[in-house]
Amino acid sequence: MSRRLLQRLGPLFARPPWAARGLAACLAVFSLPAAAQDGNESFEIGLSTDTISITSDFTGARLVVFGALDNADAKLLRQQRYDIVVVLIGPRRPVVVREKERTFGLWINRGSETFDSVPASYALAATRPLADIARKELRSRLSLGINDLQLQSSPPPGPAGQPAIDQPSKPAQDQPNISLAERRAQAAAEPKVASPVAARVDGYVEALKRIREEKGLYNQTVGTVQFVSPTLFRADLHLPADLPTGTHITRAYLFRGGVFIRESSEPLYVRKSGFENFIDDMATRYGILYGISAVLLAIFTGWFGRLIFKRD
Amino acid sequence: MNLYLPIAEISLNVFVLVGMGAAVGFISGLFGVGGGFLITPLLIFYNIPPAVAVATGANQVIAASFSGALAHYRRGTVDLKLGTVLLIGGLFGSVGGVLLFTLLRRLGQLDLVVSLLYVVFLGGIGGLMLVESIQSMIRSRSQGSGEVRRPGQHSWVHGLPLKMRFHRSKLYVSVIPVLLLGALIGLLAGIMGVGGGFIAVPAMIYLLRVPTSVVVGTSLFQIIFTAAATTILQAATNRTVDVVLAFLLMIGGVIGAQFGTEAGRKLRGDQLRALLALLVLAVGLRLGWELVARPAEPFTITLPTGETG
Repeated sequence: MSRRLLQRLGPLFARPPWAARGLAACLAVFSLPAAAQDGNESFEIGLSTDTISITSDFTGARLVVFGALDNADAKLLRQQRYDIVVVLIGPRRPVVVREKERTFGLWINRGSETFDSVPASYALAATRPLADIARKELRSRLSLGINDLQLQSSPPPGPAGQPAIDQPSKPAQDQPNISLAERRAQAAAEPKVASPVAARVDGYVEALKRIREEKGLYNQTVGTVQFVSPTLFRADLHLPADLPTGTHITRAYLFRGGVFIRESSEPLYVRKSGFENFIDDMATRYGILYGISAVLLAIFTGWFGRLIFKRD
Repeated sequence: MNLYLPIAEISLNVFVLVGMGAAVGFISGLFGVGGGFLITPLLIFYNIPPAVAVATGANQVIAASFSGALAHYRRGTVDLKLGTVLLIGGLFGSVGGVLLFTLLRRLGQLDLVVSLLYVVFLGGIGGLMLVESIQSMIRSRSQGSGEVRRPGQHSWVHGLPLKMRFHRSKLYVSVIPVLLLGALIGLLAGIMGVGGGFIAVPAMIYLLRVPTSVVVGTSLFQIIFTAAATTILQAATNRTVDVVLAFLLMIGGVIGAQFGTEAGRKLRGDQLRALLALLVLAVGLRLGWELVARPAEPFTITLPTGETG
C-alpha cells in the first residue's frame, strides 16, 4: 500500500528524491497505529520539506502539507462529509504571563500565571470552520484550534493555597443516595461552574492567545485544506517571520461527519542556518569569548570609522 | 531590505537600524554621551526584546564612544587620569548591575525598575541642567564665558580626604566621590544598558567642577570600558548580545558621531548643556508617561527566566 501511495504522491513534490525518502519513513511509522483506530479509511501526510532553515533573509514561509486519504466511502466523499484539519505545533515551552495593574498611579506587573507547556507557535488549516467540523468537547479533547488549545497550567504560587479552599470537593460518603450515573453527570457539570480562580486563569489564557495571534505566531485559516483529487489533499500553512526554532510537529486530523477518525503526524525541524547558526552557537557555548569578540568588533568599527572620516 | 537577527530572533529592516545608529551617533558625538539611553528605548520600540536591546545597546555604545574619544584625544580634551579613577569604580558597579539585571528579570520587574531609573535620573538631571544652563546663558550675555567654574567657589565634595591632582581638568579633589560616581555609572550601565554618560557628564560638571570641554572626552573614554565590561558580562550571563544588530547600529553610529563631534565644536558650553538637558528631559517624560498611562496591552508573555517568549 505504501509504495502505491508513494507513487501517487511522488509527482506532487517539487524535488522527488529526498521528499520521497521522507515520505517513505513517515508511512512506515504511521501506518501501524492507524490500523488500531475506528474506520477503514487510511490517512497519511507528507511534508514538502522536513527542515526549514532560517537564513538571514527569512521573512516567514508557506508550508505545504500533502496527504492521501484511502479506502474512503465514495458516497460520503462526494457529499463532502470528510473534513481534514492540519496543524503545525511549535516547540512547547513554559511561559509566564504577567498582568499590569495600576498601583499608586503606576502600571506595575502584579498578577502572574505560569503555564508549563505552551506551543511557541501554532498554525492551522482546515477544510471548513472548526465549529462545523467537530463539537466543542471533541475540539477540547484533541486540543484543536486556537480557542481550544490546552496549555497545562500549573497551580499559582500563592502562599495560602487558595484554589483548594475556594472549591471544596465533596467526598463521596456525603452523598450515599446518589447513583453513580448521577455523580458522573455532576462531575461533568462541575467545570462549567466558573470559580474565581478559574476565571482568573482564563483571563491569562485568553491574553496569551490574543497576544500570540496579534504577532502572527498563532494563526488559523479555513478553506486552506483542499482536495486536489478525490483522495489527495493539500494544506497551506502560514509560518511567521519570527518562527521559533526547534522541533515542530505537523499533525493532520481526519473527521467523518463530525466524528474523529484518526490522525497522522510528522516532525518538522526549524533551525538557523549558516551564519545565523554560527552566531547563535557561539553566543550559547562560548559566552565570554563571544562578548570579547563583540567588544573588539565595536572598537575596530569605531577606529575604522575614525580613519575614514578623518576630518580634523 | 530585511535581515534576520540571530539573537533577537526577528527579521528587521537594515536601513532603519543603520539610520537609528546614525541619529544616536550624532547625538553621542555632540554631547559626549554614549547614546545608550536613546538607543535602548528606540530598539525596544522597534520590537526588539528589551533584554537584547539593553545588552546590544551597550555593545553599540563602545564603537560610538571609541570613535568619539579618539577624536577628543587628538584634540587633548581627555583627562586619562580622571577617566581611569572613574573606571576603577565603574568596573565594580557594572558587575553588580548585571547581577541585579538577572535577578529583576526573573522577578518580572526589570522593565519597571529600568523605566523608574530612567525617569528619576533623566528627569532630575535634565531638570537641573536645564535650569543651570539657562541661568548661565543669561549670565554669559553680560560676561561671555559660559563656563560653570567660578574662582573661589567650592562644593562639599572638595572637603573630602584622599585628594588627588588631575592636571588636565585643572582639578585637585578627593578620589572618594570620583570612585563612587564611577560605581554608580557602572551599576546603571549594567541594569539600563547605557554607558552612563548622561549621568557622568553632569556629575563631572556640577559635582567635580571639571571644565565642560574636558568632560565630554573623559566621559567617552570612561564609557568605552564600562560598556565593554557590560557587554562581556551580559554575553556571559544572559546571552543577549546580538552582534549582527550591534554591528548595523555601529556603522550608523560611527558615521553620525563624526558629524556630531564637528557640530559640538561650533556650540558654546552652556548651549550644549541646555540642548542635552532638553533631550534628556524629553526621553524621561516619554518613559514616565508609559508608566502612568493605561497600557494598550496589560498582559506580557515571558519565559520563566524573564526572557521574552
